Amino acid sequence: MINANDNPGYVNYLNYRGKYTGIRAWILSTDHKRIGLLYLYAITTFFSIGAIMGILMRIELIAPGPTIMGPQTYNGLFTVHGIIMIFMVVIPGLSVVFGNLFMPILIGARDVAFPRLNLFAWYVYMVGCALAILSQVLRHGPPDTGWTFYAPYSLNTGTNVIAATGAAFILGFSSILTGLNFIVTIHRMRAPGMSFFRMPLFVWAIYATAWIQLLATPIIGITLLMLIIERLFNIGFFEPSLGGDPVLFQHLFWIYSHPAVYIMILPAMGVISEIIPTFSQKKIYGYRAIAYSSLAIAGVGYLIWGHHMFTSGMSLVAIWSFSLFTFIVAIPSAVKVFSWVGTMYKGSIDLKPPMLYALSFIFLFMIGGFSGLVLGGLATDVQVHDTSFVVAHFHYIVFGGMGYAFFGAIHYWFPKIYGKIYKIRRANIAWALTFIGFNLLYFPQFIIGMQGMPRRYFDYLPQFQPAQVVSTIGGFIFIAGFILMVYNLIMGYRKGEQAPANPWHGTTLEWQIPSPPPLENFEEIPVITEDPYNYK
Amino acid sequence: MEEKPLHHEEPRDDFAAKMGMWLFIFTELLLFAGLFLVYSVYRFQYPIFFHQAALELNVTIGSLNTIVLLISSMTVAMSLTALQKDNKKLALTLLFITILCAVIFLFNKYIEWGTKFEEGLYPGSPLMLKLERGHLLFFSLYFFMTGLHALHIIIGMIILLIAWFKIKKGTVNPGKFMLLENGALYWHLVDLIWIFLFPLFYLIT
Amino acid sequence: MNVIESHVTSYKTLGIILLLLLLLTTITINVTSYNLKLWNVAIALGIAGVKGYLVLTYFMHLKYENRIIRAFVLVVFTLFITIFAITFIDYLYR
Repeated sequence: MINANDNPGYVNYLNYRGKYTGIRAWILSTDHKRIGLLYLYAITTFFSIGAIMGILMRIELIAPGPTIMGPQTYNGLFTVHGIIMIFMVVIPGLSVVFGNLFMPILIGARDVAFPRLNLFAWYVYMVGCALAILSQVLRHGPPDTGWTFYAPYSLNTGTNVIAATGAAFILGFSSILTGLNFIVTIHRMRAPGMSFFRMPLFVWAIYATAWIQLLATPIIGITLLMLIIERLFNIGFFEPSLGGDPVLFQHLFWIYSHPAVYIMILPAMGVISEIIPTFSQKKIYGYRAIAYSSLAIAGVGYLIWGHHMFTSGMSLVAIWSFSLFTFIVAIPSAVKVFSWVGTMYKGSIDLKPPMLYALSFIFLFMIGGFSGLVLGGLATDVQVHDTSFVVAHFHYIVFGGMGYAFFGAIHYWFPKIYGKIYKIRRANIAWALTFIGFNLLYFPQFIIGMQGMPRRYFDYLPQFQPAQVVSTIGGFIFIAGFILMVYNLIMGYRKGEQAPANPWHGTTLEWQIPSPPPLENFEEIPVITEDPYNYK
Repeated sequence: MEEKPLHHEEPRDDFAAKMGMWLFIFTELLLFAGLFLVYSVYRFQYPIFFHQAALELNVTIGSLNTIVLLISSMTVAMSLTALQKDNKKLALTLLFITILCAVIFLFNKYIEWGTKFEEGLYPGSPLMLKLERGHLLFFSLYFFMTGLHALHIIIGMIILLIAWFKIKKGTVNPGKFMLLENGALYWHLVDLIWIFLFPLFYLIT
Repeated sequence: MNVIESHVTSYKTLGIILLLLLLLTTITINVTSYNLKLWNVAIALGIAGVKGYLVLTYFMHLKYENRIIRAFVLVVFTLFITIFAITFIDYLYR
């Protein structure tokens, strides 16, 4: 093993000077690490824009009635907030940033299977994002359908639905290409000796996710295409007056969008499976269980889309089946939580920022997960469907889950990516602010949701106001924490101390190479002779 | 210090390219699967109307197109065999026939659709909107699915044309034929979709 | 690692498969002239399934391909069937 950073003469991927210089050296680079950073900066930008939309909604909701905007604007806001967060941030999220940055290194490869396709996928992503932004400013006004584009309203509203759904279509294509690339990479480019069961769990997660990206996304692609064609030509697929069935749109939409949430959460769980062993200095408990549970979640996740549609008018047999399988899919997730806790047991716990985020992931994800069971039960769902209970649920799961895993991942891998380290104390304070803010922001929404506060409503009964105020305050506290976090990371990059190659004493391959990684990752491809997470 | 090479030459991995093409084919199959699902649902809900509407389609042209496409699948597969056996001339001829079959298919489609358009039957037309709902859905599905399929024929044709020129030039050859093999796979996909489209639209009378 | 094609499908095999496909096409067209109610759909889809199988196995070379590709095809096919079946649990029992 190279003892990193005692070879100062190596060229790292940030310093490398090739055919191009300046900005072209980045936007024309096929290096998976540079592409990962291109995605990182894009996603951070879009997340911030989406967060601003969120804060504007929170300000509006601080009091009943119009506060800073009218209802049409509010409808446009929650729609674009959803489109940005779902299609531009959370679905690509961990896969395209950390999958690109680290999956090849974790399997001992120099790059992905199709580096040029990788860069092309980033361009497709950026075009999709541009079109989504464009949908906000084109002639007919921002879409007001919600990111779910339900028919028949999405067929009849005069707003820029075609631009927005076109954007989602293009973004889906980018997702497919990334999934394809990662599947081939993992099958064909593992280092000698790295069997599937010697791969780190983050790679297992990326693998399972890639299959969902590949197989589920085409369904939303064709569905959005149907929506666009129906808007243009009245083909009648989803318009009741033309013989169509709006519930069929919901089926098609959720056949993708439910597996899509596993695209969001599986890599997140993969990150947690990397962080916890490192900061417990202990071998992961239940490696095979976690690996298999990733595949199980991906598989069973295809069977439960109807739990978004319990009140839509489906048959009794259907809602019963969907509810049953929804409960079943919780099991593999629980397997992971048990394994993580089992890993920490009798480990040497180090509460560095990545570990703080990983632990809060478990806490927030579990709250989100349990509330999911409330939603999965038919009788209870009827009470809370389309209320802010649902909003709280998915924010805990997606934001508390995938979001916190993302924060954990950037804090974990930052020293490897940039060769510098941020200020630990500042990171801890930022974490605390975001954690407190997050819970103040979303927990009240469970309560008023159960009491009847509808979602996607810009006005509400006065009895809900106290909770709305707490929630808005929480939102601002979170934003303060987030700003501090980003500031800390940027300062770490610009002025941070040099980081050693293995600051957290990890055992996976990325910690065995210098920080930042050399251009082609390994001088010589390693030969793998043991399982990962072998802490002595 | 010694100059270590920054760039390692990765050996070409043809199987990776093939795997990539198969994965892409899966996405195309699933794309059409969504449409087949819509078809199934509405056929289930409007069985008599679908049956009636299907009578308006020309089974002869549909059958001809099926035969043409099946032949083209064979010729493209044979073209690959020819190239692998280093028979460049035969490979080019067979590939040319394949592309010709594609043109014939598209021409037939043009005639078919043209007849319908002349009758006033096209997506969104006043006549269409006045139809019985089951008939409307049948024809909407017909135009959408055969249209999307035709788009894929065009894409496949372009890939095969590129392959044709590269074989002629020699950059696709017995030692390096992934472009033809993967292009042929894409072509077979287009044939596969039609194998299911044909009975579902033309033969439900 | 480069794997040179070890199997080249013979012209004869490809020709025979085409004949089979054309035969099946003829059968499926002719069956429509008989009114067998629900069996018409089943037979049409069944024949299409056989034709599809022939195209996949011989034209697309699956018979001679690495097992992993065949496993992938099976997964996709299963997914397809599953999605159809579950959707119809709604429509059949409404």
